[in-house]
Amino acid sequence: MSDTVLSLATIVGVLFSALTFAGVLIWMERRLLALWQDRLGPNRLGPLGLGQVLADTIKIISKEDWVPPFADKPLFILAPAVIMATTLLSFAVVAFTPSIAVVHLDIGLLFFLGMSSLGVYSVVIAGWSSNSKYPLLGSMRAAAQMFGYEVFMGLSLMGVVMQARSFDLRTIVLAQHTLWNCVPQFVGFVVFLIAGFAEARRLPFDLPEAENELVAGYHTEYSGMKFGMFFVGEYVGILLISSFITMLFMGGWQGPLLPPLAWFAVKTLAFVALFILVRASLSRPRYDELIAFGWKLLLPLSILNLLVTGAVLLLKDR
Amino acid sequence: MLNLLKGTFRVFMHLFRPRETISYPEERPYIPPRWRGKIVLTRTKEGRERCVACYLCSAACPVDCIALQATEDESGRRYPEFFRINFSRCIFCGFCEEACPTYAIQLTPDYEMAEYDRSQLVYEKDDLLVDGEGKYPGYDFYQVAGVAVVGKDKGEAEHESPPVDLHRLGD
Repeated sequence: MSDTVLSLATIVGVLFSALTFAGVLIWMERRLLALWQDRLGPNRLGPLGLGQVLADTIKIISKEDWVPPFADKPLFILAPAVIMATTLLSFAVVAFTPSIAVVHLDIGLLFFLGMSSLGVYSVVIAGWSSNSKYPLLGSMRAAAQMFGYEVFMGLSLMGVVMQARSFDLRTIVLAQHTLWNCVPQFVGFVVFLIAGFAEARRLPFDLPEAENELVAGYHTEYSGMKFGMFFVGEYVGILLISSFITMLFMGGWQGPLLPPLAWFAVKTLAFVALFILVRASLSRPRYDELIAFGWKLLLPLSILNLLVTGAVLLLKDR
Repeated sequence: MLNLLKGTFRVFMHLFRPRETISYPEERPYIPPRWRGKIVLTRTKEGRERCVACYLCSAACPVDCIALQATEDESGRRYPEFFRINFSRCIFCGFCEEACPTYAIQLTPDYEMAEYDRSQLVYEKDDLLVDGEGKYPGYDFYQVAGVAVVGKDKGEAEHESPPVDLHRLGD
């Protein structure tokens, strides 16, 4: 009985904190971008401008929820739900601390990869059901980008899996108690970071929504809370990728002095800040450059990393 | 690739630069004295209206936002019966100030004129008249112009000789 209550509490807590942090991230991104551009950012509403989160939420909820008459209505409504569902479901396997996790899956990492691959369906469906040209172009780009980046995203993590000999995230974190994976798996770390940017569709990989060519890409036709779900889904995605980088490469909750949850939060937020810093400083590459970069550089690099890691592990076993 | 990292680091270091933003109501930007802001009607040192209602500002105004009606007081001085500037039309070009022969109409560095109601932007003469002399202290049109008004005949202005009587030139 108490187990059920505890796991329910964990589920509610994880969902609540993921969505709350995603909301706060909108404010955090605006403040941080401003700081890196010699501005101040939203600082008027409430302490440090945090009231902006509430104001944005009220604004977006109270907007008219409109479906364009030329859209494919059921799919149009389904698309934003898919991205929210897949990103939030991935949080189920995140091991926040040794004890806090919604579920301990043996194949937690595979579950995450599967869910993030499903996430691209949301973008493709959104673009297709919008029935207009810019969303379609955006979703085509998203599909091609995902083909390219999903492949080596998985491959870049296999080195980590080989070292921990497990797909279970808790085991992977515990395997890093002497040395964080970002040192022996440095190539994998960099490749996964880049793939993570592509997965979260953040600059410099935001070609699906490239606003100066495609209006707003796949969510051009969306408004109100359906747009809000794409918007929040993007930030939940950033949070998700950051927490997976933390778990897979930065030793998860491990660290001196502070409690495990605090270490997890600090590391994750540091990567979230990196996401925002990259947005502030890098420009968007041309589409073919992006695809070529993925297939011709990062894929061979991650395969090489896989081979070297395997060889080293085999030599150690001798 | 290295360039990307260098660029990212440079952007990060902007965190420690001074801000460009001015927190407006608390901090104020420097406004130059010749800023073309709110329009005022100035007075002479004695406190009399400088405006002689010549309509030149109204004629120069490219958006026709100045309306006035000339009249004359008992001493023969022209002044505007009403003087109205519609600031919802005004483009703050400063042509009225340039056209004004008496330095009466002047633009000031005041820019805080926002109103909730558009009709509030129509300024009457009472709203436009200020007590000071503005950018040209000491200037008084009637003291330098050769116009006769009550209390000052022709030839009595500053740097002015009495008028020459042509009929008596031969005497």
